[in-house]
Order: sequence, then C-alpha cells, then structure tokens
Amino acid sequence: MHQYAVETQSLTRVFTPKKREGEPVNALNSVDLKIETGELFGLLGPNGAGKTTLLKILCTLLLPTSGKAFVAGLDVENQYEDIRTKINMVSGGEMSGYGLLTVRENLWMFSQFYGIKSKVAKDKIDRLLETFGMTDKSKAKLRTLSTGQRQKMNVIRGFVTDPEIIFLDEPTLGLDVNASRIIRTFILDWLKDNPDKTVVLTTHYMAEADELCDRIAIIDQGGILACDTPERLKKTVRMNTMLSMDVTLLKNREVFQGLNGVGNVSFVDDSERNQTHVKFVVQDDSCVSDIVSGVLDQGSKIISLQKTEPTLEDVFIKMVGKGFE
Amino acid sequence: MTDGWLVKNLRAIRGRAYPRVIGAGREPSWIFFEIVLPLFTVAAYAYIYKFMDARAELIGYVVLGGAMTAFWLNVLWNMASQFYWEKEIGNLQLYMIAPISRMSVLAGMALGGMFSTTLHAASTLLIGTLLFNITYQLVDPIMLILIFTTTLVALYGMGMMFASMYLLFGREAHHLSNLLTDPVYLVSGFYFPVNSLGTWAAAGASLIPVTLGLDAMRQLFFSDVSGDGFLPLNIELLILAGLSILFLVLAKYSLSYMEYLGKTTGRLTLRWQ
Repeated sequence: MHQYAVETQSLTRVFTPKKREGEPVNALNSVDLKIETGELFGLLGPNGAGKTTLLKILCTLLLPTSGKAFVAGLDVENQYEDIRTKINMVSGGEMSGYGLLTVRENLWMFSQFYGIKSKVAKDKIDRLLETFGMTDKSKAKLRTLSTGQRQKMNVIRGFVTDPEIIFLDEPTLGLDVNASRIIRTFILDWLKDNPDKTVVLTTHYMAEADELCDRIAIIDQGGILACDTPERLKKTVRMNTMLSMDVTLLKNREVFQGLNGVGNVSFVDDSERNQTHVKFVVQDDSCVSDIVSGVLDQGSKIISLQKTEPTLEDVFIKMVGKGFE
Repeated sequence: MTDGWLVKNLRAIRGRAYPRVIGAGREPSWIFFEIVLPLFTVAAYAYIYKFMDARAELIGYVVLGGAMTAFWLNVLWNMASQFYWEKEIGNLQLYMIAPISRMSVLAGMALGGMFSTTLHAASTLLIGTLLFNITYQLVDPIMLILIFTTTLVALYGMGMMFASMYLLFGREAHHLSNLLTDPVYLVSGFYFPVNSLGTWAAAGASLIPVTLGLDAMRQLFFSDVSGDGFLPLNIELLILAGLSILFLVLAKYSLSYMEYLGKTTGRLTLRWQ
C-alpha cells in the first residue's frame, strides 16, 4: 500500500469551551488530505481557518475529535511516540528557548531532546548558523536577538534534528523581507538537497505559498476548499482575467452591468482624488473595448488601466467569496 | 548504530539541566535574592533565640533551616510553576513533541535545580555559620549524605508532581506557590524543631519531605543532645525513600494525565488555548 508522508481521513476537531464560555468551535471539518513524501505542501488560509489546529494534530499535540490522521504511515492517536522521532515543528513568532543562554547553547539544548551526540549537534548548529548568516550571533544571549534573528534560530532548531517531515506554522510571520527571503531560500534548498523529506507549511501569505509550494490546500472555516498545484489553482480563475481601472468619478455605473463577457464589477470611490477604482472580472479580452467606451461615453477619463493575471488571492476570493482579513 | 533509549534520555536530562546549571551563574542578582535575603530571616530568628538566651543549637537549627528554604523555594517556583511558564513561552509543546520521555525533561529540571540551589544553600549555611559562630558535632557523615540526597530526591519528586498539577491552575499557579511558602516554613519547622508542633502535626507535615530531611539533618549535625528529633534517623530515611518513590510515580502519572488532557482539550500544552 502506498504510504503518504501525511494522510488524513475525515479529520474533525471540535473545541468544546468550558461551561458558559460559548459554543463549541468546529476547528476542522472532515478534512481529507494526502501529502506525498518529498513535497513542499502548503496550507493556505486566513487566521482561524484551522491551519494550526491541523498542524498540531499532525505534530501529536492534539487529538482528533473524529477521523484519522497518519504521519509517515503512523497513527497520531496511538503511535505518537514513533511519529515524534520523525518530525519537528517551527512556529512563527515562537519565543522558545532561554534568554540567559546563548543562541548556540539554546540550539544545542533542543538538539539534546532528540538524542543527538553533542559533537554532531554542535557541528551541525555551526553549519546552519553560517547558512543563516548568524555565526556572529552564536554567542549572543537569546534575549538580545531581534525578531528576525530569533526566528532564524527557531528555524535552525527545527532543521538541526534532520526530521523526515517538518511542520512550519507561519514561519515568516511578522518578519522583514530579507529575513523572510533567507528562510524561504533555505527551505527550498533543504528540500532540494533532501528529496526524501517533506515540508508542510501553513501561511496566510499568498506570495509565499505561490513561491514555495508544490501543492497548496486552501483552507477556510475548518474545511479544505481546493487542493492542487499553484498553477492549476490559478488556472481555475484564468478564464476570469481581472481588469483594474482608475477613472475620474463615474456617474453611471449601470452601463457596465450585463456587458457581454463581464462578470463581477466592483467600484471604490476615492472622493478626495475625485476618482473611482473599478475592478472587472472579464471572461475574455473582447469586452475591454466596450468597457473603455462605457467610461469615455459618460465623460470620464481613464487615469490608469491594468490587466492582471489571477493570483492565489483571486483563487481564494473565488472560492470563499471574500479576501483574507 | 543508533543510541538506545537510555542514552537518548540521559542526553535530554543533561540538555534540560544545562540552563539551570550554567544560566544560574549568569544572573548575579540571584546572589542577593537567593543567598543574602534568606540570611535576613535567619538573622531575625537567631537574634530572637539569642535575646531569649536559648540553647546554642537552636541558632544552628535556624541557620540549617534557612539554608534549606532555598530548596523549598526552588521546588515551588522553579519546579512546580515551571511548566506553566514553559507553556507560555512555547517550550512545553517542543518538549512534548520531542522523542523522549517527558520525565527526562522534569528530571533535567530537577537535577539542574538541585545543583544550583545546593550552591546557594551552601553559601547561606557557610555565611550563617560564620556570622553566628555555629559549632557542629557531625558524627555520621555517610548518613548525612544519604539523608540529604534522599530528601532532595523526594522533594524534587514532589516538585515534578506539582509541575503537571500546576498546569491545571493556569495563571493562578503563582498564588498556590505563595500559599505554600510561609505555611510550610511553619509546619515543616524551618526555624524551630518540628516536634514542638506536637506529634500529629509533625506527622502530617512529614508528607513534605523537607520536614523529615531537616529534622534528620539537625539530629546529625548537632548529635541531638537535647532530644529534639522527631523520629529515629533510620525511620526518617526509610520514610524519605518511600516518599521519593511515591512522588516520582505520581509525577509520572500526573504528567501522562496532563499530556492526555492537553491533547484532548487543547488547553494545557498549547499556548493561548
């Protein structure tokens, strides 16, 4: 039988609050997922979508309410001890470690929980610190690090144990462009050098998911809405190209409703600049001239016009009916 | 060849003990809080005894009791409360997913705590001894080592058990530690012989390992010429050994239960949940 790196079957998790503290929350609703070994798999969804809950179950920190979850072919409910030898986890904004210890000491300490020989661990830590440009910080106390440096250390902590499957929960959350880029590059390089390993990543950054992931599951309100490669997901909205225009304040907007080849239209007025931002979902380019005429015929001027290819955000909007909050 | 279960867990113990062994020396303010401050209380009791013209060994009892308070405080604040703080900073979930026995994490915490606190307690004892000119009449150093070690194992075993139980109290945990500080100083006889409380009270207080440990060490350090000892040394050693086993077993079960609760409710081991 084919063994997936991760497999879930009708996985459901309900959080039941204490009495009088509200209604039960369905964090995951019957989630079915199959992640192949060697994949960089992304879970993309807004805050509260259920991404972290799913990851916590796969990391053996939470039990499912119903359904099954397997990691490396092992059941999270009763084979969690074996799963733990194969995984590691890094969360965004993580504050783990001890401020009195240096970066190198903290990393060594965490490596000891995986039974790695001291010398092997220290050599590996030094190599990873160099990769992340953190060698000069190896003797700095943890409490003196910036957010970005701290997160790089967290990522090193996760990878120093050489896990078969690593779970990254919003690993670039709140980081600047440079720190995020270093982490993303490292993840890609690591998987390239270790094609038998698997990365499961949650993010609510669309561009990050698009850049990194082999496949993406779009998750919202505890359910998987779609699961495919970024390209194929985008193709689902490719027939609906977006046309964005900034025009001088539009008076008559009804002329655009019902135009052949035009799907949804949205208008946002900017009264300070006396402009209207219009977004059209167009099914083909033939309607563009009709749209332009519709603007010009009522005396408005076109300030800018941009045709945009679909992004994962468009995919998400199409599926959920709203953008990320 | 891969390392066996025992070697892996020994490495984990060493790893978790490390911050306590090394980190303690990096915070000089601890010298004041953990060595100098206890001396104020010791001095207060010692001067009361001096003023009352009490027996000389009573001042010795106070110095010894003052040194042992370091262990009790360490157990309350750095063992019992520790998992709660580990949860808040995100370490606890990393301990939970590590492929080791969670008892190794607790054992590392305990060993590191014992090491650093022994240094603090020894400093308090040394300064107190010099300050109040205490004379010891130690006759059985082997028994003293046995009693001291067994007391620490039982005491930190209790701390390991509390560590999981405290998680249930959440942020109220520090109130519990406050509640267990001064009353235990009283019932465990930190500053006077515990049998002054009466047999039943002393027997009840003996559930706290430091009660019997302190009583036995006083008997050993001062030859118990005045008959202040609560129970014979062998009995106290036996009870302490029993308490060690009891607390370690309870610690293992309470840890497993806490982990189970954490996984089912999601509130105990995960931050903000």
